[in-house]
Amino acid sequence: MDPLLVAEAAINGILLGGVLALLALGLNLIFGVVDIVWIAYVELVMLGMYAVYWLVTLWAWPVVLAGMAAVGLVAILGILVHLLIIAPILSSPPVNQLLATGGLLFFLQSFATFLWATDHRSLRLALPILEVGGMFLSFARLLAFAVSLLAMLGLYLFLTRTYIGTAIRAVSQDREAIALMGVDARKVYIVTSGVGGAMAGLAAALLIIQYSVHPYFGAAFGPLTFMIVVLGGLGNMFGAVVGSLLMSEVISVGGIITSTEMAYVVAFVLFIVAMFVRPEGILSRRE
Amino acid sequence: MLSLENVSRTFGGFRALQGVSFEVKQGELLGLIGPNGSGKTTLFNCVSGALRPSAGSIRFRGEEVGGLTPDRICHRGIARTFQIPRPFKKLSVLENVALAAHFGHMTREPDAAARARARDVLRLVGLPSDEAARPGLLGAAGLKKLELARALATGPALLLADETLGGLDLEEMRQAAGLLRRIRDEMGITIVWVEHIMATLMRVVDRVVVLDHGEKIAEGMPREVAEDPRVIEAYLGEKLVLG
Repeated sequence: MDPLLVAEAAINGILLGGVLALLALGLNLIFGVVDIVWIAYVELVMLGMYAVYWLVTLWAWPVVLAGMAAVGLVAILGILVHLLIIAPILSSPPVNQLLATGGLLFFLQSFATFLWATDHRSLRLALPILEVGGMFLSFARLLAFAVSLLAMLGLYLFLTRTYIGTAIRAVSQDREAIALMGVDARKVYIVTSGVGGAMAGLAAALLIIQYSVHPYFGAAFGPLTFMIVVLGGLGNMFGAVVGSLLMSEVISVGGIITSTEMAYVVAFVLFIVAMFVRPEGILSRRE
Repeated sequence: MLSLENVSRTFGGFRALQGVSFEVKQGELLGLIGPNGSGKTTLFNCVSGALRPSAGSIRFRGEEVGGLTPDRICHRGIARTFQIPRPFKKLSVLENVALAAHFGHMTREPDAAARARARDVLRLVGLPSDEAARPGLLGAAGLKKLELARALATGPALLLADETLGGLDLEEMRQAAGLLRRIRDEMGITIVWVEHIMATLMRVVDRVVVLDHGEKIAEGMPREVAEDPRVIEAYLGEKLVLG
């Protein structure tokens, strides 16, 4: 095995980890605050990818502008999902919540198939491949990673430096006590769903420059995102980032050493083992 | 300032509060006592909006507040503390209080003003106001103070204080009781104070309301109430000790 190839795969793993972390953070943020797992979260990413695709191919929008539009559109979509589907079932049993957001997943997949058929659609951007010390790195991936890092920094500053961000963290800790401080938890849920949607929209913009979109895009990234979130510990933001990098490394480097399919097998086996050893997530402290 | 009329609250078949009526006057420091399970905390929950009263009316400054959500009631000027402190452990002490200062008012305060007010309140209760102080490093007395500081930062006209002395040693109790008095005397905040530690409470409050099995059984000056046969019976024949 050429060590240069492995090094290249390792770097690609980190780059993929950035975008995955974005998704894991968005999903985790919503779970931590609203306490409902959005099974259909990555389906929102799929819709965002279509949004960029159609804006660019049909209306000839510049990719950057279309990407920003996707952030806004999916943020609004996130708020709508909360108001129409999540809010009415907030106090329902968890299994009903699971069925509702799972139902949304199938609805969005089928609706996308109905509208746009199962064709794989790609922007076919001619982005350069950079050669660094004998390794070939895709500019699109580097860009996606850099933007993901900036978005994570932005999210961190939002959650720690603003009052609404601080309130979001407080709601995830004690929603009854925060109400006594004059905070309407329902408004915090709406803001959180919007922010979570915006993260999905940004991930969509960063993924459409690397992958083609189809109605079942979520089937590839959805389970991976959930695995990462659970691996890092539900509600644990730092764990989500660590889990993303870990899993994307396993998949990327494992894919070079064996095959991509085998790498996914290894990743999920590792996940199952981790769940036996640390059911609360790899970064959980033992009481 | 606060008037309760026939307030009742049932949980299934259990009547936690039955037709409780009393008034709290502006500037008063009112003690609310009663044996365990007599409905004190349920009453606080009804006034602060955590529970909707099953019947009756709760009027604050002339307006009905029964059934409003807790955040609305907070904006009207009622704050409460919890018996067991519930700080946001992952936030700093200052962030805990600044949140209350920012969101507790009808008109959101700008960033700097809310932070400055949070620092003032922390100084008043005697807690560190630097960015580094974490709730995890505070002891029992410190957490009680943080609970009070968060409530005060919302700028209340009425404070519902739930067992501010529980878990404190004698010196800390003396300080905490003194602090409640200062909050009333210097800030002009009306206080309803639920407490188990009777000797301290009876010395500090102006008036006492006694609940037993969800009903009001006595109301009056501490000394009168302590002599009331119904109160003595409720407390299993123990006469309340006045300091």
